[in-house]
Amino acid sequence: MDAGPEGGGTVNWGSTADFFAMGGYGFYVWGSYLVTAACIAGEVLFLRARRGKALRQVRAEKGRNETAA
Amino acid sequence: MTNGVIHWFRFASPQSFYPLAGRMLPWFAVLAALLAAAGLWIAFFVAPTDAQQGESYRIIFIHVPASWMSMFLYVVMAGWAGFGLAFNTRLSSMMAHAIAPTGALFAFLSLWTGALWGRPTWGAYWVWDARLTSELVLFFLYLGYMALHAAIDDPRRGDRASAVLALVGVINVPIIYFSVQWWNTLHQGASVSITRAPSMAATMFAGMLVMALAFWMYSIAATLGRARAIMLEREAHMQWTQDLKEAAR
Repeated sequence: MDAGPEGGGTVNWGSTADFFAMGGYGFYVWGSYLVTAACIAGEVLFLRARRGKALRQVRAEKGRNETAA
Repeated sequence: MTNGVIHWFRFASPQSFYPLAGRMLPWFAVLAALLAAAGLWIAFFVAPTDAQQGESYRIIFIHVPASWMSMFLYVVMAGWAGFGLAFNTRLSSMMAHAIAPTGALFAFLSLWTGALWGRPTWGAYWVWDARLTSELVLFFLYLGYMALHAAIDDPRRGDRASAVLALVGVINVPIIYFSVQWWNTLHQGASVSITRAPSMAATMFAGMLVMALAFWMYSIAATLGRARAIMLEREAHMQWTQDLKEAAR
């Protein structure tokens, strides 16, 4: 487990497979990063949907006012 | 107004804050994306392998910033909620509710990444350790705050009830922070302290700070976005929301 810059690639990883393996801790490291990314992406989508719904609500209220007037 | 002084209280009404939040949001979102890209680069390609933990330690770059954000956002949320309770300003309560889901998300991520780090390091996903348990309590406080508000039909009454819960819950934040000193915990002590040099390599420390800044910017963007939605929802019957150009059909 030494960070030796041998050969090509970057300082830490000799190959793409090395990168995904994470020194045998792939499940834990990627499990953390992917769930974090999914949660953030989910929140962004959720916020967009909420804004759309809120705007529809405003339009509905507006329509009600216009018909009442 | 004419001598160049900015009248901040002008932004205390949803009507004036809504467009301001809309202008600020993209900047924070872009900053969050850039900082996250830089932070991830440092986390995977600059920071060296840890001598003791190997690659598993790389979870630190999201675990520590997420934990910081979960605590910090709680204090800000309780601050807004308390301000709304004391001064009955409607925007304050909206801000508090805009923060809660993002805070809960970071509390969840803190627990989730902590579990995935605990398994290879301690041999267990979960232990009833003071640090872990108090963070779990924080997650439940966020959920309780949101559930309590959702359970009360009148949003303004819900604001007051949930503000009391949020304020009482603030006591948990110092408990989380000092838990590693007050009790004999499995969780390690603070990695970063104001009084001494960080107990880690400079690049690891830099990666953690950049990721923390990215989460910070993201939290601001998410909070502004949610606050805008809440303003529309709660004031859909008012003239100013109906006059918005995005409300035109």
